[in-house]
Amino acid sequence: MSRLEVRDLTVGYEGAPVLHAVDVEVPHGELLAIVGPSGCGKTTLLRTIAGLLRARSGEIRIGQRMVTTHGIHLAPEKRRIGWVPQDAALFPHLTVAENVAFGMLAGRGSARAARRAAKSDEVRRLLDLVDLAPLAHRAPGQLSGGQAQRVALARALASGPELVLLDEPFGALDPMLRADLRAAVRELLRAEGVTGILVTHDQAEALSVADRVAVMRGGEVLQLGTPEEVYRTPATPWVAGFVGDAVFLPGVLHGDEVGTAIGRLRAVPVADAAGLAPEDGADVTVLVRPEELRVVRADAASVAGGMAARPAGTAGLRGTDPGDEGPGDEGLDGIVTDVEYTGHDAMLALALADGVSLRARVTASEFVPRGTEVRVSIAGAVLAYRPET
Amino acid sequence: MTDRVATPSPRRPWGLIAASLVAVALAAIPVVHLVVRVLSADPAELAAVFDRPRIPLLVGNSVLLAASVTVTAVALGVPSAFLLARARLRWRGAWAVLAALPLAMPSYLAAYGWLAWQPSMKGFWAAWLVLSFVSVPYVTLPVAAALRIGSTGLDDVARTLGRGPFGSFMLGTWPQIRPAVLAGALLVCLYTLSDFGGVALFRFPVLTTAIQQAYSASFSRDEAAVLAVLLVGLALLVVIGEQVARGRAARRIQAAPTAGRRRMTRLGPWTAPGLLLLALVPAVAVVVPVAVLLSRVLTAETLQAFDGANLAQAIGNTVLLSAGGAVVAVALALPIGVLAARHRGRMVRGIESSGYLALGLPGIVVGLSLVFFSLSVVPALYQTALVLAFGYGILFMPKAIGSIRSATGQVPTSLEDVSRTLGNSRARTWWSVTARLARPGIFAAALLAAVSAMKELPATLMLRPTGTDTLAVELWQRTDISAYGAAAPYAVALLLVAAVPAFLLSDARAGREATREVIAPETRAGREATREAIA
Repeated sequence: MSRLEVRDLTVGYEGAPVLHAVDVEVPHGELLAIVGPSGCGKTTLLRTIAGLLRARSGEIRIGQRMVTTHGIHLAPEKRRIGWVPQDAALFPHLTVAENVAFGMLAGRGSARAARRAAKSDEVRRLLDLVDLAPLAHRAPGQLSGGQAQRVALARALASGPELVLLDEPFGALDPMLRADLRAAVRELLRAEGVTGILVTHDQAEALSVADRVAVMRGGEVLQLGTPEEVYRTPATPWVAGFVGDAVFLPGVLHGDEVGTAIGRLRAVPVADAAGLAPEDGADVTVLVRPEELRVVRADAASVAGGMAARPAGTAGLRGTDPGDEGPGDEGLDGIVTDVEYTGHDAMLALALADGVSLRARVTASEFVPRGTEVRVSIAGAVLAYRPET
Repeated sequence: MTDRVATPSPRRPWGLIAASLVAVALAAIPVVHLVVRVLSADPAELAAVFDRPRIPLLVGNSVLLAASVTVTAVALGVPSAFLLARARLRWRGAWAVLAALPLAMPSYLAAYGWLAWQPSMKGFWAAWLVLSFVSVPYVTLPVAAALRIGSTGLDDVARTLGRGPFGSFMLGTWPQIRPAVLAGALLVCLYTLSDFGGVALFRFPVLTTAIQQAYSASFSRDEAAVLAVLLVGLALLVVIGEQVARGRAARRIQAAPTAGRRRMTRLGPWTAPGLLLLALVPAVAVVVPVAVLLSRVLTAETLQAFDGANLAQAIGNTVLLSAGGAVVAVALALPIGVLAARHRGRMVRGIESSGYLALGLPGIVVGLSLVFFSLSVVPALYQTALVLAFGYGILFMPKAIGSIRSATGQVPTSLEDVSRTLGNSRARTWWSVTARLARPGIFAAALLAAVSAMKELPATLMLRPTGTDTLAVELWQRTDISAYGAAAPYAVALLLVAAVPAFLLSDARAGREATREVIAPETRAGREATREAIA
């Protein structure tokens, strides 16, 4: 069983630490994505787990083996890990098959040994696994970026690692290739039953490929959870904004409701890292995902409102101006000021009657052109955070 | 892209630092020994040496010759580089080869060729002419390389803002090539200061020739030591001056534009003068002397006096001794080059620059200091091949450092990371990945040192084991007695033997280019490496 456990890890030499008291856990066979902006320490974390950097303090445990603990640093070559760097880093003097074979040599790596081992069945099996058997005798320079990454992965798996570390392996590839390779990598790791960690700065990649996602910023892990947890209940407003589009509104908490410029919304208070939840009557930051807003044409809304009964239990937007609140009159009036059309959906910039601006995502079938008068409502509860200072 | 900027530096590579310090110390000991010997001499004796009227004359001549040769080489080299890199030329490749040709010519060979044709040539002007033309490539090659990687984007902007062609060149391109011009000028200046053979043949009295004279007249070896210290001082001043000037230039241009277009200039009416310039340099430095030598070889008189066995012996000695020197040079340079390529910090920079200081050491000073050092510390080794090879090693270590550094720097560290995580120890990773991939560069470093050692004259004259004559020494002994015809076969043999590693070197370069293509498909990395190699 090769679960990874990182406890209270601090890394960095002169001055401020690059990683500060980081805790991470990955159960056996799962794929963890570490995501964060440039300079957040995600690559440093990966390199420290690999043993390529030394920790200042803290523990790292791979399976049953403690590889880093106070004063002890197991050399990278003894950690039984696989490393897939961003540039693939294939050995240019070896062919594809020899590169993979180099991974099996267990500490006796040399060009000659790799040449001999390149003919083994295991190399054959791994190349089949990454779908590159026909290219076994190519030189690395003759491969495309995606092919090179597959070879790098096969080479990493060849050493029989307990843990495979991938450092932005798709960073240099074009978007179509990325999606393909992403799926292939996940399948391969699952098929081989290997625990994996993937570093990326692309939140969409992290959410789509990983079993768990760790969001990092400034050398700390802000949240670690399943992609759904991280997206649906982000630990902080910053995490919310990093993993997806978000609209933030200032508001005041009143019990299970929050008063905002767009009316009173049903709210769930979220505790911060120190466990402090916003108190009743306190100022809060309200998170609304653009896809949680419902946008309908003003004319259609009034027709629909006249014909159908108001759905019970829907905590809609209610205009602050009492004059807006007629019978069946759900939501707020606004106008579409801009449209970002992506094909499968569209992001609308909305200006409400009282000067508040919002962003709403609608599906292609609900598309409304710029300048249309609309009615905006919200489905479900929103999250209320203590304002970030 | 990634957060590599914030990545903490790995631990200090103490093993590598220790090895580098040992190499620097080994290279420095003989010269330090010489300086200490002079400084601890009896002040009265020192004063007596300095009282001689010849000393100001010798220093003045050395400085005058070095300055005028440097100015001439820059004045010829920068336009040549512009023609090679930025002008629309037919047969550009052939012109580029011709421009590099004088590098293969030891100054004493060029001087000897001219003298054989015009025996009346002597004094300052003769030395100036030959040394200037022989050393032009030291400016042309780095400046042409800088022009090739630079861009004309800023020139174009300057043109649109109303500057003329020359004004916009000075504004846009000059700052990009300035470091290369400075580096080339440094090499020319040091080359001239330390030149012995060419100056001696034209009987122009400078420090190097005076050191040799004082040394040969064995009663005034102390005077030789004093003169040698003066010469080292001058050379160090030049090196430090260039460092200061380059530092200032580097501060002024924070980031030179890298990716940009290069506009080629149409020469028009300037074609003829441009081609004349490109033809003149190799003609004076190489074609005339070689033509004269060849005509001398084929005369009946020369053929009669020709001693084949002696020539074969000299060739064998030259190859063996220079190979030994190359091994020593690479052994000394390896830890320093690897350290400089892989690690940063003040300590690493200090070690690297002290490695390069040997660039300022004239061959005659290294020869003299090793004579003193071996006599007083290890007399058993005095006048053995070992000491001579060691002298070559000290002299040509800086050339090897640069080559090893850039070759190692071109091996991506991610390959080492991968090898480590695949279970290979640090040592095995270095051997089977880093050194394996840097091999062409290390090989090139050895060849470079070997070629230089074959041509080295003054250090060989002083350190060679008695009775072991190399081609350079045989040639020298014959020119000394004005037996120009008898010297010709040795001169031709030297040119041919030195051409073999030079040929291999161009091949090794090609190999390295190929490796670079494989390792870094984006040319950006390669370009940066070139930039570093020049800087």
